[in-house]
Amino acid sequence: MAENAAPVVKDDMKEPIKASEIDPKFKFELVKMHGSEKLLKCFQCGTCTSDCPVARYSDTYRPRTLLRMSMLGLKDRVLKSETLWLCAACFTCTDRCPQDVEVASVIRVLRNLAAEQGIVPQVFKDQCGSVLESGYAFKIPDLRIKKRESLGLPPLPKGNPESVKKSLKGVAFMKHMEKKGDCNAKQ
Amino acid sequence: MPNSKYIIFLGCSIPYRVSAYEISARKVLAKLGVELVEMPEFNCCGLPLDPVSHETMLILAARNLALAEQQGLPILTLCPGCAGTLKKVNKILKEDKLLREQINGHLKESGLEFKGTVTTKHLLQLLKEDVGVDNIREAVVKPLTMLKVAEHNGCHILRPKEYIGFDDPEDPQTLKTLIEATGATCLDYMDETECCGAPSVGVSDKVALQLAKDKLSHIKQVEAMALITICPFCHIMYDTNELRIEKMFNEVYGIPVLHYPQLLGLALGMTPEELAFNELRVNTSKIIKLVNEGAK
Repeated sequence: MAENAAPVVKDDMKEPIKASEIDPKFKFELVKMHGSEKLLKCFQCGTCTSDCPVARYSDTYRPRTLLRMSMLGLKDRVLKSETLWLCAACFTCTDRCPQDVEVASVIRVLRNLAAEQGIVPQVFKDQCGSVLESGYAFKIPDLRIKKRESLGLPPLPKGNPESVKKSLKGVAFMKHMEKKGDCNAKQ
Repeated sequence: MPNSKYIIFLGCSIPYRVSAYEISARKVLAKLGVELVEMPEFNCCGLPLDPVSHETMLILAARNLALAEQQGLPILTLCPGCAGTLKKVNKILKEDKLLREQINGHLKESGLEFKGTVTTKHLLQLLKEDVGVDNIREAVVKPLTMLKVAEHNGCHILRPKEYIGFDDPEDPQTLKTLIEATGATCLDYMDETECCGAPSVGVSDKVALQLAKDKLSHIKQVEAMALITICPFCHIMYDTNELRIEKMFNEVYGIPVLHYPQLLGLALGMTPEELAFNELRVNTSKIIKLVNEGAK
């Protein structure tokens, strides 16, 4: 990655591109990862963007642009882009891509790479913290758990966070979260 | 009626804030002869953490599959996100030996092992394939012919097709057929298969609520009396957030949002109280009145 790359390119994809910010090997890194193996089959037809429900309401989120930037090697810009996190994972692009690129999975791989660099929206940090603390993605209030009986529902199965933490030992992302202290649960 | 037995995987959002769905689904399934066994233990299906760590998602899902395998029963979920994740991970790990070994290495730390011996179905798929539309039609004691409703499938019950595959994502029929089995009319409307926007909440509420708002507008234009959902997240988007959307965009919708088993329950002769209608945010008194009048 070029050291003089722009710090945070928010959502302005129109900034002139400098040769120094191109990582020509980025695409080869991506095709080795589970989910983005078929990235290079993308011929930029734009089906993903034109059928994307989020793109319809966002001025910046364009899956085709994110894929093109990735193929070009604009690694920093893509991984630091805020729009990356707008994908609703509806998989319309994946199902309709004429080249079978699995667009939503490529976006997911890009997000995973951004997350490894510590770029994670708060909402995901909260869910991660909750899984480590309770086993569930949301902190289900005690009152809710107790209320189940009065609603005629069986008790909620246990979440077993200790066992969950053991299984997640050694996962790169979890290590990062611990180090940064971003997830409020202690391992 | 078929004699089927499933282990129920609740997921996190339903016990957190969507109890009406669970209450009505359990009652309807009991009436239709489907036996549910509780899981002694489960954790988040993994889907919410896929965006930040695919490996974490695989481990969390594989843990749940391994826990269900110990019970030796197929899994039933009420949440399409959970169903999709468990189906997908089951398929991936069964096909990819190397990845399976890697994930099992993680599971070993807590005494678990994924073998790939159980299948997962969402409520909708179970009703279609195990109970059968004909049996549901026969079980109806109070046909809801007075109701004209719209359906919202949501995404994860249909996509990606490669992993879900029991219905056509472009022109889904299952929910429609199940709604019509209650006697109600299911209306077509613009952008019926579009996403509700829920996964973008927290990243951009504006984009998410705008998606939901446009769908509510399309549903209102065809004069649907209610919207029927089968996903806890979609339900939150339309029911919990409907008032917020109305205020934000200066619109009035007033469209009640029912979980499908609530609609089915009415047709099976259960009362709105039994089906936890009181847990819904948008006022349902108009449709309840219509249903009651129709029964006279």
